Amino acid sequence: MNRRLAPYVFVGPAMLLLATFGVFPILVAAFVSLTNMNISGLARWSNVKFVGFANYTKLFRDPDFWQALWNTVFFVGVGVPAVVLLSLAVALLLNRSGGRFFKALRAFYFVPAITGIVAISLVWSYLYNTQFGLLNFLLTSVGLKPLQWLSDPWLAKFSVGLVAVWRGTGLNIIILLAALQGIPRDYLEAASLDGANAWQRTRFVTIPLLGYALFFVTVTTLIGWLQFFDEPFVLTKGGPLGTTTSVSLFIYKEGFQQSQFGYASAGSLVLFVVIAAVTLIQLRMRRRDIEY
Amino acid sequence: MSTDRMAQRRLTLTIGVALAIGALITAFPFLWMLLSSFKPQREALDFPPTLLPVAPTVEHYVTLFRELDFGRYLVNTLLVVAISFIGLLLMAMAGYGFAKFEFRGRRWMFFLVLATMMIPVQVTMIPTFLILNSMKLTNTLAGIALPTLVSGFNIFLFRQFMTAIPNETLEAARLDGAGEMRIFFSIVVPMAVPIFAVQGVLTFIAGWNSFLWPLIIANDQKLYTLSVGLSLLNQQLAVNPSLQMAAASLMVVPMFILFAIFQRYIVQGFALSGLK
Repeated sequence: MNRRLAPYVFVGPAMLLLATFGVFPILVAAFVSLTNMNISGLARWSNVKFVGFANYTKLFRDPDFWQALWNTVFFVGVGVPAVVLLSLAVALLLNRSGGRFFKALRAFYFVPAITGIVAISLVWSYLYNTQFGLLNFLLTSVGLKPLQWLSDPWLAKFSVGLVAVWRGTGLNIIILLAALQGIPRDYLEAASLDGANAWQRTRFVTIPLLGYALFFVTVTTLIGWLQFFDEPFVLTKGGPLGTTTSVSLFIYKEGFQQSQFGYASAGSLVLFVVIAAVTLIQLRMRRRDIEY
Repeated sequence: MSTDRMAQRRLTLTIGVALAIGALITAFPFLWMLLSSFKPQREALDFPPTLLPVAPTVEHYVTLFRELDFGRYLVNTLLVVAISFIGLLLMAMAGYGFAKFEFRGRRWMFFLVLATMMIPVQVTMIPTFLILNSMKLTNTLAGIALPTLVSGFNIFLFRQFMTAIPNETLEAARLDGAGEMRIFFSIVVPMAVPIFAVQGVLTFIAGWNSFLWPLIIANDQKLYTLSVGLSLLNQQLAVNPSLQMAAASLMVVPMFILFAIFQRYIVQGFALSGLK
């Protein structure tokens, strides 16, 4: 093989796949969102009509979409602080000692991150079950009332969120722990000599030095919750009464259950714009971070 | 000084105990899953529940393979994993191309690689389905595997790693008359074993757990993966939790074993993904 041709042979197949399934779909979504594409359009392209921005105007008048949007705002608002603070706390504590026992404990916190969501959801549905679930047994055995974990509109949000928090912290703990171990011991010892106690050392030395890792974890967690899908999809199917339907789940339902591909594509473009905006803000802030 | 050290040690001990309790709570759902999978159906529905199975049985595991089609789902899942390893090879080749060659279009192609890292799957799922449908690939294993076959981020990681391979080594091989493909497979790949290990394990995990695309693409039960089969169990057999727990264990326990063996690579891989 010729040396000038070689790079194209190496790069070509992957780029072709990336273009087909990474870039091209955005263009298709943008186009389809301007049509009335549905199940009949899937069978024959001639059934597809151009409808301009009708899908978008319909979207912003659709109470279901607004509900999904507010649910997503709620999940972001509660989920992000919960995941970030919990991951930070566990990482700081795990970093206390490099002993074998502490190292072994890491595995326990990490393992939920590599298990499949469907299996996880079955296990949690069983725990949450109102008739024979373990959680209600624990509540009643200490004299509390049993709860409707997944069928109470408000509680369902938290129950679904809890599973995501449980699954989401492991990865962040690993990232923060790696950053913590990169902090030079000298700094902490110097602060110690100056009379700073453990809390002050953590608050004024460790956490500021974590800076970028913490920022990174916050942004990826934020984007993760903006895309929140798996847990409500398998645990509640978005119910009860749509209270756990996220924007992603709304798109999925409109697209694959109602076969309103045009309408769903409009939803996915709105989600894309939101996520792209968050990513750009992140890049901006990172640049400013470096300037200081 | 020594009382200070004792106080320090006591604090470490307290933190250790607190972390151990936290770890047990985190791991408890898995323990509950495993224990319940060995309970007879009646016992799993009992209230108050038992912790340890009173009359342990493996009947549910047998049912999964004998009466339900989990053997086939397992094979399908492994096939999806196998196809995704082809993707791994393609991404390694692309990473090498970007790392070690100057060519026309390199800049914008690499920009494309970075740009796709920002696009979430929920945004592309509808159009990707339409694209696969027009390629007549819905309801095929290839259709299940194709959308996630290559990812910008993994190409990026391969490129970062392969940039460190010395040019002299490659030039020497060229002078000896080795072809470009031969150089890739007999020099570059052996030198890149660490990154292959990390990515290989992560690819396996992602393929094993894959749910969204099998769910969207496979209409025919013959093509279901373990995840999809499992989610079906959720709808059909709400009254047999121990069967569900057995199926969940079937999916989760292999991941535990994989983690026990490859812990270092997995943790490294996830920490690397943190650089994104």
